[in-house]
Amino acid sequence: MKTLEELQAIKEKLQSQIDLRYEAHAHTKVVVCMATCGIAAGARPVLTAFSDLVQEHKLKDISVTQTGCIGLCQYEPIVEITTPKDGKVTYVKMDAEKAKKVVEQHLVQGNVVTEYTINN
Amino acid sequence: MYRSQVLVCGGTGCTSSGSTAIIDRLHEEIKKNGLENEVNVIRTGCFGLCALGPIMIVYPEGCFYSMVKEEDIPEIVSEHLLKGRIVERLLYSETVTENGIKPLNDTNFYKKQHRVALRNCGVINPENIDEYIAVDGYRALGKVLKEMTPDEVIQTVLDSGLRGRGGAGFPTGKKWQLARTIVQDGGQKYVCCNADEGDPGAFMDRSVLEGDPHVVIEAMAIAGYAIGATQGYIYVRAEYPIAVQRLRIAINQAREYGLLGKNIFESGFDFDLDIRLGAGAFVCGEETALMTSIEGKRGEPRCRPPFPAEKGLFQRPTILNNVETYANIPQIILKGADWFASMGTEKSKGTKVFALGGKINNTGLVEIPMGTTLREIVYEIGGGIPNGKKFKAAQTGGPSGGCIPTEHLDIKIDYDNLIAIGSMMGSGGLIVMDEDNCMVDIAKFFLEFTVDESCGKCTPCRIGTKRLYEMLHKITSGNGTLEDLDKMEKLCYYIKNNSLCGLGQTAPNPVLSTLRYFKDEYIAHVVDKKCPAGVCTRLLQYKIVEDKCKGCTACARVCPAGAISGSVKEPHSIDPAKCIKCGACMSKCKFGAIVKE
Repeated sequence: MKTLEELQAIKEKLQSQIDLRYEAHAHTKVVVCMATCGIAAGARPVLTAFSDLVQEHKLKDISVTQTGCIGLCQYEPIVEITTPKDGKVTYVKMDAEKAKKVVEQHLVQGNVVTEYTINN
Repeated sequence: MYRSQVLVCGGTGCTSSGSTAIIDRLHEEIKKNGLENEVNVIRTGCFGLCALGPIMIVYPEGCFYSMVKEEDIPEIVSEHLLKGRIVERLLYSETVTENGIKPLNDTNFYKKQHRVALRNCGVINPENIDEYIAVDGYRALGKVLKEMTPDEVIQTVLDSGLRGRGGAGFPTGKKWQLARTIVQDGGQKYVCCNADEGDPGAFMDRSVLEGDPHVVIEAMAIAGYAIGATQGYIYVRAEYPIAVQRLRIAINQAREYGLLGKNIFESGFDFDLDIRLGAGAFVCGEETALMTSIEGKRGEPRCRPPFPAEKGLFQRPTILNNVETYANIPQIILKGADWFASMGTEKSKGTKVFALGGKINNTGLVEIPMGTTLREIVYEIGGGIPNGKKFKAAQTGGPSGGCIPTEHLDIKIDYDNLIAIGSMMGSGGLIVMDEDNCMVDIAKFFLEFTVDESCGKCTPCRIGTKRLYEMLHKITSGNGTLEDLDKMEKLCYYIKNNSLCGLGQTAPNPVLSTLRYFKDEYIAHVVDKKCPAGVCTRLLQYKIVEDKCKGCTACARVCPAGAISGSVKEPHSIDPAKCIKCGACMSKCKFGAIVKE
């Protein structure tokens, strides 16, 4: 290593992993339902997609966690996103592709993707 | 990328209660469940709450699991990591609230703490230099080499008010300034790190080395640049195998990255480090003895002056700082002297790490701003005394320090306040004692330690501490006189004033401070021939209360000396001549019929 820039590059590479340890009580929460119903419907790739995308976009103050069955098994995989701005938004029948769109529009830009929410 | 991280404490405390097996099992179960690309297991340094070990934290939820057993791992993996259902029975009870989990930093143990020296302990993987860099590691070294002159570095440390955390509290910046200016012949200078933590009950330095070894390496390189040294030595006890291993890994990683070695950050500055293992002699924590030991000679102290800043290691200018002192340096460089000086009291800046031990609920490692009261440490952070017992005293500074009695519970802890009441900061061991501790016995315990550890070079220490110990032994055996107490005090001052090094000069402190605050206990031993706390066995007598004894014979059967006699259903009695005072009968008796007095 010769320069401070190289040091900074290493720092940035690992930043999101380290931030995870400081953001357990973040303001924005992405909760993926991961009970038997959710897992059977394909919640696992949705969870990993969210977690990867949040880290790729270097989003701050967001935690991606799981929860159990919320009782709407026919709509699984379900993802609940809580932000200070929009409160709790429930996305249903998610997959990894939809997750990408939700991250880009809802988490990055702050616009709820209404076509995937439970009311539609 | 990982969506979840499991941080398992790999400090000495949790390792000895089985965290290595837990980590192995975690890897196994995670693989079994196909989660190896989603969940990362990281072995960290000490979290501080050693009493609850083995400890693990699962992120992103921030679940703090305590007293985890290997058998719990399949449940944690299949329930929590796979399905997201927190295993509530393993949560640290303080973090559980009606509305879910409370952040660890809001619990009583962590709330009043302020982590500067320990900031990365329990957060990063100490065996991965990248993680240290990710928390701004080596940025202070970069800043120093690229933007600051050595004099500016020293000025920053001076302005911060940082004082040596090894115990004596000498201003760190002053030490560096002397080493920089006193000899300027262009020859070799040395930077040393004192990691020979010898006080019984102290483990602050070990935890820093185990949890964040790079911070010491970075700070030593900064010190090297400041005083003009290209070589450093870390003197660490061989009894700290985990710390030594992690230091070795860290030094190799730093060399690979070019953060140690020639021409660091292309600044023209060279610096390298070596480890020297100490064999565990207490005296080798004294600076001149430590340097003599690094030179490969028998670890004995020598007279000062000349001070190490002028003639230290290999007769060359040397600075020697303690692990915790170094752990503060990179933060001071990055955040500035004012930031550091804003914490603490007027003459003691920053924070101090204490190893809490003895009769206290939350045994562990705490870091508090200087000026925190002893009451806050014992009752709020430490969670009070177990079994509803009463606080009697806290011992700081180990064998060199003294006791703080109840009347000084509200003292604001800093260097000068502790000296004023006859104790000292010491390296940070804090042993809490309750009403069941005999203060004469405590003084005897520490004296026994110094008698063993005295190197023997000077007479006041070698013979003086031995005579002092014999007097204490005489008192605890019930043969002491009031005249002995006066003689003892006189001898204490003689040893203090005439010993060659810090070991002897401070060895009588435990006796002097207990004499000062607990003279009544000494008098009880000498005049009444009683030990009020019921510790000194020679002054005790076990007796059977006739009214309470049912004649069940349990005590007679358990007595190893055959000292108890009596027939079934009749009150028994103890023969004092045969009784060895082991207490077996007392713990066996279901009726509370046996008393000691």
